[in-house]
Amino acid sequence: MALDSKIPEGPLADKWTNHKNSINLVNPANKRHIDVIIVGTGLAGGSAAATLAELGYNVKAFCFQDSPRRAHSIAAQGGINAAKNYQGDGDSTYRLFYDTVKGGDYRSREANVHRLAEVSTNIIDQCVAQGVPFARDYGGLLDNRSFGGVLVSRTFYAKGQTGQQLLLGAYSAMNRQIGRGKIKMYNRHEMLDVVVVDGKARGIITRNLVTGEIERHSGHAVVLGTGGYGNVFYLSTNAMGSNVTAAWKAHKRGAYFANPCYTQIHPTCIPVSGDHQSKLTLMSESLRNDGRIWVPKNIEDAKAIQNRDLKPTDLAEDQRDYFLERRYPAFGNLVPRDVASRAAKERCDEGFGVNKTGEAVFLDFASAIVRYGKEQAHIKGLDEEDAELIQTLGKQVVKSKYGNLFQMYEKIVDENPYETPMMIYPAVHYTMGGIWVDYNLQTTIPGLYAIGEANFSEHGANRLGASALMQGLADGYFVLPYTIGNYLSDDIRTGPIPTDTKEFEEAEARVTSEINHFINNKGTKPVDYFHKRLGKIMWEKCGMARNEKELKEAIEDISALRDEFYKDVLVPGSADEFNEELAKAGRVADFLELGELFAKDALVREESAGGHFREEYQTPEGEAQRRKEFQFVSAWEYKGAPKDAELHKEALVYENIEVKERSYK
Amino acid sequence: MSGLLKSSIGKKIAMALSAFFLMFFLLQHFAINILSIINPDTFNEVSHFMGTNPLVQFVLQPVLIFGVVFHFVMGFVLEYKNYRSRSVSYAKNNGNANSSWMSRNMIYSGFAILAFVALHFIDFWFPELNTKYIVGDMSGLHNGEFRYYHELVEKFHNPIRVGAYVIAFIFLALHLLHGFNSAFQSVGANNKYTKSLKSFGTAYATLIPLGFIVIALFHYFNHTH
Amino acid sequence: MNLTLQIWRQENAKAEGKIVEYPIQDISPDMSFLEMLDVLNRQLITMGDTPVAFDHDCREGICGSCSLYINGEAHGPDRLVTTCQLHMRKFKDGDTIFIEPFRANAFPVIKDLIVDRSAFDRVQHAGGFISVNTSGNTQDGNSIPISKHDADEAMDAATCIGCGACVATCKNSSAMLFVGAKVSQYALLPQGQIEATDRVQNMVAQMDLEGFGNCTNTGACEVECPKGISLENIARMNRELIKASLKS
Repeated sequence: MALDSKIPEGPLADKWTNHKNSINLVNPANKRHIDVIIVGTGLAGGSAAATLAELGYNVKAFCFQDSPRRAHSIAAQGGINAAKNYQGDGDSTYRLFYDTVKGGDYRSREANVHRLAEVSTNIIDQCVAQGVPFARDYGGLLDNRSFGGVLVSRTFYAKGQTGQQLLLGAYSAMNRQIGRGKIKMYNRHEMLDVVVVDGKARGIITRNLVTGEIERHSGHAVVLGTGGYGNVFYLSTNAMGSNVTAAWKAHKRGAYFANPCYTQIHPTCIPVSGDHQSKLTLMSESLRNDGRIWVPKNIEDAKAIQNRDLKPTDLAEDQRDYFLERRYPAFGNLVPRDVASRAAKERCDEGFGVNKTGEAVFLDFASAIVRYGKEQAHIKGLDEEDAELIQTLGKQVVKSKYGNLFQMYEKIVDENPYETPMMIYPAVHYTMGGIWVDYNLQTTIPGLYAIGEANFSEHGANRLGASALMQGLADGYFVLPYTIGNYLSDDIRTGPIPTDTKEFEEAEARVTSEINHFINNKGTKPVDYFHKRLGKIMWEKCGMARNEKELKEAIEDISALRDEFYKDVLVPGSADEFNEELAKAGRVADFLELGELFAKDALVREESAGGHFREEYQTPEGEAQRRKEFQFVSAWEYKGAPKDAELHKEALVYENIEVKERSYK
Repeated sequence: MSGLLKSSIGKKIAMALSAFFLMFFLLQHFAINILSIINPDTFNEVSHFMGTNPLVQFVLQPVLIFGVVFHFVMGFVLEYKNYRSRSVSYAKNNGNANSSWMSRNMIYSGFAILAFVALHFIDFWFPELNTKYIVGDMSGLHNGEFRYYHELVEKFHNPIRVGAYVIAFIFLALHLLHGFNSAFQSVGANNKYTKSLKSFGTAYATLIPLGFIVIALFHYFNHTH
Repeated sequence: MNLTLQIWRQENAKAEGKIVEYPIQDISPDMSFLEMLDVLNRQLITMGDTPVAFDHDCREGICGSCSLYINGEAHGPDRLVTTCQLHMRKFKDGDTIFIEPFRANAFPVIKDLIVDRSAFDRVQHAGGFISVNTSGNTQDGNSIPISKHDADEAMDAATCIGCGACVATCKNSSAMLFVGAKVSQYALLPQGQIEATDRVQNMVAQMDLEGFGNCTNTGACEVECPKGISLENIARMNRELIKASLKS
């Protein structure tokens, strides 16, 4: 099937408006005869569910958590971008569009990104109206902060819990519709398959995680807002339950999977402390506003610090290597995430890491403390030479800005970051790749939509900070509700979709047979054993730096591990009860397939772009080298084994932006 | 308004309002009793006024009785309902880690106070009712003198009674140490004055019961030894 | 370190439960509490036993999934943390640790340490929202100036993660800190004023219907709340209810 991105004609800035004006609408009286299934209740799914219910559709929403409020969007810390230009610093829709395309290393669709920038301002207004308590300045107006890779302040925030507040806003909008009966909420339900009838997505199969019951649900359209697949690495900043199952099952039923190799590795996470580690914790990017990243200049000092024979605070200033400031004088510690992560990895690979495993760099606030301390002493007319006073005053300022993050660090690491530099290391955080969608957010299966992190999205090969929340809410509040109407306008006479058809039966049989396999397998190793091994392969061979040899190995390794998994996995208990191991087994099975496609995609993409870094393709200075001939989206069609997937290319055309070298020097 | 009275919060507010009334009554009672140490004659006069004034006797007194009964009954009802909201209790619970003993045991300090009120009624209130409304002697005199001070002193001859009073007032202090500020919180008063109010509450909750104890001990030691 | 765990095991909602003892060895003090339970579960699975079921998801203290009553306290002995952020260094070698589900009749046990907290959702359905439809025409975010003080206070109330520690720790199983926080968030913002009367009445009515106990101001909830939600929010809810009752 040829890919049609369905980008509307006309000038870039008018495409969305014209498109909205020309698509079909559904009469309010007809909407109540149409059922829409939404899987996932994070920012994208939650906002879409609420909005579609407001419009009058019957929404059935599903989440595997015990409440929609627990979706992992809740963990986003820093903020949400919008081109409001409240600060008067020259921001505009075009600049947000430009920054996003450039930040994404010119691997995203112009029309989609421009639409995102256009609706970004509506999101802020909508959220304020819902009662989201964004930070305000003393004049009562909305406050902004600055994020990596841009030159304006356009990030709106609610302390360090912006994701939480936006999600609770969407959740409150959902609650209103649940109360009205327009959303039927299914908590603790996991989607295990999509049902395709006559080429259209018409329902899903779910498992009730409490009772184990397999259920059929039908609808006129199915929307996946099921998030990213970072957990294919086992260790990531994703929630324990975050998984690719819904997206992968859609892929197996015919939805193309795009750019799986684009993974964002976030530079500021708390390093791994041992084998027991179950997940990684992110420290907000905002810390890089004041923290300076360094490792020792001499390898002997690095060894001494690793062995705890030398304290970092005892190392003289000229013995430290502030490698981001050295390599990227223009952006310094505030280079985009992919750049910062790679630079840290490069130092650690050379042996300069600073924790016992050599996989950490310092994030140091000492000079910020002195700078703020002197500033405060000056303001208060106190002695600027009094070192102790400067420390006290400086720490107060740092505490007021980052107190909750410092406290979190201390709880986890048991070291006081005010006294000794933090240790950080990159960790898997976000996946730019996902299900391929056209301009209308529809996948290659008619009637199946993908929104938020689940689709391959507007972030290209690298996402800028504070843009995930923007995209999730843009899709759910302002894009999907229009575009899905165009599709559903054909369904006003369809009537309820029956669930006793052979398509539903077959899908249910597939699900049941996989579950029975796991329960009856009686192998010897628990699910986590395989998941950890998969994670190790992914991190070592498909991580921050990739090469042809290792990617080829990864494909074989994963394929072999998958066989071993099916033979030897041990799932205790039965299928008709609450059984977390069973749920995990299904998720890991899908990760084991996705991982292989991931490696294949990385192998085929013979260039470096954003989060995808191929060692063979770098500049003499070690920077990512993009290649013109790879200016396309890789959309993979399922053909049996993941490595046999067929590649479809969607060419990326840049008419409104000049494709340039992405430099932060 | 009817919704408020039915709701959990409404009941809580009702508890607080009755508590305010009782705390005010306690203050007033204390003010009169302390006179028995300072000036027995004034004590007699005020006691006679309180005991015979129709407004006090037929309006304030029934309101007080209602307040006491309401506070106790509502307290028991709420405690029972609260107890019933957790059928399976914890195998291990470390209440001291997060709350005061007083706050968790209002029902027990309340019971102790209830027992004391019963004793107090038997000691003073029932004899008063008997003298005034059954015997019909409204004069307040005994052998040509006001009887109130004399009766008071008489009662505190008995060390067991004095001991019971002291213990009861300790329970009252414990009850008030939580109850005073709890009542303010219940009616929604939690603001910048709360810190000062808390100190005031602690002072009230310790000083008033302590004062009653001092009065009891004073009369015991003053007149028996 | 080596520990003795006393864990509540209950097969399902209808089954009888009981405390079962599990010895566990070689626990690193750097592990989080849930990672310690992961170790136990791996042992149980390989021995052919059923693993202990417990709720968890983000493991960074924000989703509110994890619960657990540890040694008599919600989220364990540390302050301002959820169970997933509690680390084993807070315990000593040789300790016995009691692990129980959050208990309240409004939070029925589903399995082992997992409870059903959907009562919280239903309280929110009753009024935990501002009735505004999604449109591109909502007024500009800056057209409603909000004093920084009020915005910050609303934010403090809004940081509630809905974990239920307040209910679990309250001797009365009262949900007033949870409900008070939501009522407060909207009461402090101008956007919330229009529906203030109905909101507080409906939410309190639903809260009562769910079978939570009444608040006796012990303050335990505030101490055990992993997000430090203040008791002021309960006082504010009480005020809001009085105001609403006088109006309607």
